[in-house]
Amino acid sequence: MIKQERMKVVAQQSIARHIFELTVEGGLVDEMAEPGQFVHVRVADSFEPLLRRPISVASIDKENNRFTMIYRAEGRGTQILADKKAGDEIDVLGPLGHGFPVEQAEKKAFLIGGGIGVPPLYELAKQLNSRGIETVHILGFESKQAIFYEEQFKALGDTHIATVDGSHGTEGFVTHILNELPHDFDTYFSCGPTAMLEAVQWAYPQKKGFLSYEQRMGCGIGACFACVCRTTKSETDYIKVCSDGPVFPAGVVIS
Amino acid sequence: MIDMSVKIPGLELKNPIMPASGCFGFGKEYAQLYDLSQLGAIMIKATTVETRLGNPTPRVAETSSGMLNAIGLQNPGLEGVYHSELPWLEQFDVPIIANVAGTTTEDYVEVAREISNAPNVHALEINISCPNVKKGGITFGTDPAVARELTRAVKEVSSVPVYIKLSPNVTDIVSIAKAVEEGGADGITMINTLLGMRLDPKTGRPVIANITGGLSGPAIKPVALRMVYEVSKQTNLPIIGMGGVTDVDDVIDFLSAGASAVAVGTANFVNPFVCPEIIGKLPERLHELGYDSVEELIGRSHRL
Repeated sequence: MIKQERMKVVAQQSIARHIFELTVEGGLVDEMAEPGQFVHVRVADSFEPLLRRPISVASIDKENNRFTMIYRAEGRGTQILADKKAGDEIDVLGPLGHGFPVEQAEKKAFLIGGGIGVPPLYELAKQLNSRGIETVHILGFESKQAIFYEEQFKALGDTHIATVDGSHGTEGFVTHILNELPHDFDTYFSCGPTAMLEAVQWAYPQKKGFLSYEQRMGCGIGACFACVCRTTKSETDYIKVCSDGPVFPAGVVIS
Repeated sequence: MIDMSVKIPGLELKNPIMPASGCFGFGKEYAQLYDLSQLGAIMIKATTVETRLGNPTPRVAETSSGMLNAIGLQNPGLEGVYHSELPWLEQFDVPIIANVAGTTTEDYVEVAREISNAPNVHALEINISCPNVKKGGITFGTDPAVARELTRAVKEVSSVPVYIKLSPNVTDIVSIAKAVEEGGADGITMINTLLGMRLDPKTGRPVIANITGGLSGPAIKPVALRMVYEVSKQTNLPIIGMGGVTDVDDVIDFLSAGASAVAVGTANFVNPFVCPEIIGKLPERLHELGYDSVEELIGRSHRL
């Protein structure tokens, strides 16, 4: 069930260039289930900035009633969020949307992420591992300074890093790594820029895949029709990224 | 006991608060969060004759204390709204105000005739003010003679009272209000969004795919309030006021300026519980101000 709660900030730190890790505590965590769901955060009690910010859930800690978000502070709203400190409260609406279907993976899964699309793959990797699924992580970043959670992913399975400028790992995009890896997996999950999602779909037309999309949102719950995309089903069919997704099976969304 | 009820043509409202059209879909999303029967009414998303897929994305952009949108009247069409969305809403004890849009007079007439027969539709809101579709919409709302004739045509076929939704994108909103009054309108809803745009400073490109969009949110409240005040002063039609309402004092302002009921739009996106929260706070605020009923407060700014 969707809840709106003033959650307590437990910790916040910068973990890479412009990237922040924010952990909050509250009853809303009880409602979280699927990796890949997101929350809609109001960064100020005033109406400036006006709209909430959709932020993906990077890890869920049910025992301590906490969850962690990882976001890039690049606009007005996320910069205000980056100033929040332990003890502050933030207004969180969530969990929202439909996440990655972990039950679809059989034995081995590829988790392919780019930039700020990487965070939801961490909770996904944790949940897949706890179900006995082997996970291989292929993660792309701009540069060495932008990389985060490399060690955390390594603790859960094989982890390959690509950077656009070649300052760490393979030079180029995640697709350069995918070309080198054997196709010995049954399911892939991906989150990142639209161009990356397209490339990943092209790379594995025969595999079962699930992609998490990004689109500019208004309400976050499906009422405002800001984040619609057409689908491959018919000329008139459409989905709302916020409430029907953000995760969809490969081959469905026309982005 | 504070009397929260308001009576306007077609509508016996238990309280004067309702979500504005386009900001609440057809209610399903918000029904996950609270009981819609608490609301005074619901203004459902615009309905056109045929299914509309709306504009390309991005469709929204944030601005200072506001937002721009150019959704483009996406809706499942008359069939879908009449046979699926409206029956679903019958489970709630709440009157529905159906927003009617189109590109020709015939479109408006067809939707109005059919949708006004739905058992839970108690009034129509004729959208002659959408700034985001190329044909129709706002072209009906900016010329007094055209607005009057459209009002007449819709009135002739509607089996429920007709409210005309006015655009603020005109030189003289009072002349449009008077024209629809002459055309036989039962009431006015105002204001729709203000036409605006936002550019990306890095590229100079418009942020919204439609280039321009409708501005809403707290930024437009002073404009909306002024227009409600003027129209209320110079016409005898009841007004459902809207434009940047976020809290109970905004509602007090619109009622004072002459609105009989108040719609909440963009604020639903910021706080999805805003309507029931305002409804909860309104009696106490009226009491603090020395009023026993909503009706007593309506138009008080004109009586000072």
